[in-house]
Amino acid sequence: MLSYGMKQVGNIPLNRLPAVISAVLNPWVAAGILLLLLFVIFNMTALSWADLTYVLPATSLGYVLVALIARFALHEHITPLRWVGIALIAGGVGFVAGGPALTVPACPADPSNEEPAEPAPQAAVAAASSGAKS
Amino acid sequence: MKHLYTWSAILAIVLGSVIGDVLLARAMKQVGDVGVLLRQRGAWTVVRRTAGNPNFLLGIVAMSAAFFSLLFALSWGPLSVVAPASASLTFIGNAFAAKIFLHEKVDRRRWIAAGLVAAGVALLAG
Repeated sequence: MLSYGMKQVGNIPLNRLPAVISAVLNPWVAAGILLLLLFVIFNMTALSWADLTYVLPATSLGYVLVALIARFALHEHITPLRWVGIALIAGGVGFVAGGPALTVPACPADPSNEEPAEPAPQAAVAAASSGAKS
Repeated sequence: MKHLYTWSAILAIVLGSVIGDVLLARAMKQVGDVGVLLRQRGAWTVVRRTAGNPNFLLGIVAMSAAFFSLLFALSWGPLSVVAPASASLTFIGNAFAAKIFLHEKVDRRRWIAAGLVAAGVALLAG
């Protein structure tokens, strides 16, 4: 979608850089941005559960999915080299999935520590002052 | 000149993506388990905590820079060069950045995974 939209927008020379910003008004580019936003939300949820080096290879299965949809739903031809690519990604995901998802210590910002449901008097003052700031 | 613009933009995409990914990962570790937060505090708390996290905001800035670099690159180079080059270099860059900045234990298993996925993406998107 983004590529299709940007080909409609045309080449953007360096002296007209602000034109990159107006490119988001192209419907294809806008739709691409919306889908990217959805991806970011789910990606961030996954990042709250697992390491970056675990989430990234796992999400690369999307490339495989797109290729398989192109092959079986759109009946596109997939070259042998691309099948090798699919196998490599699948192998990589298999490798990382076999290990632990989280290798860093549990985060200190545990919800029960930071914002107690019934704050103690001292904590209530702190919470009120931080609330006033926000 | 066209190649120079394309590859400069690809470098900017990789840098922006790696910095953005690392900052977002750090932010989400600080926010805490989204599943637990949703159950105990509701969606508003998740949104408020995430949107108020400085790492998240900086991460979004870096991601935006990467995104506009992608648009710039796509206006100069073919998708078949821009997509595989930026994606596979981002995987390798992220493995280094996660080890250095997030102190993740990137063992041999994860290095192999990053290498395989980077090679696979380069072949598939190329």
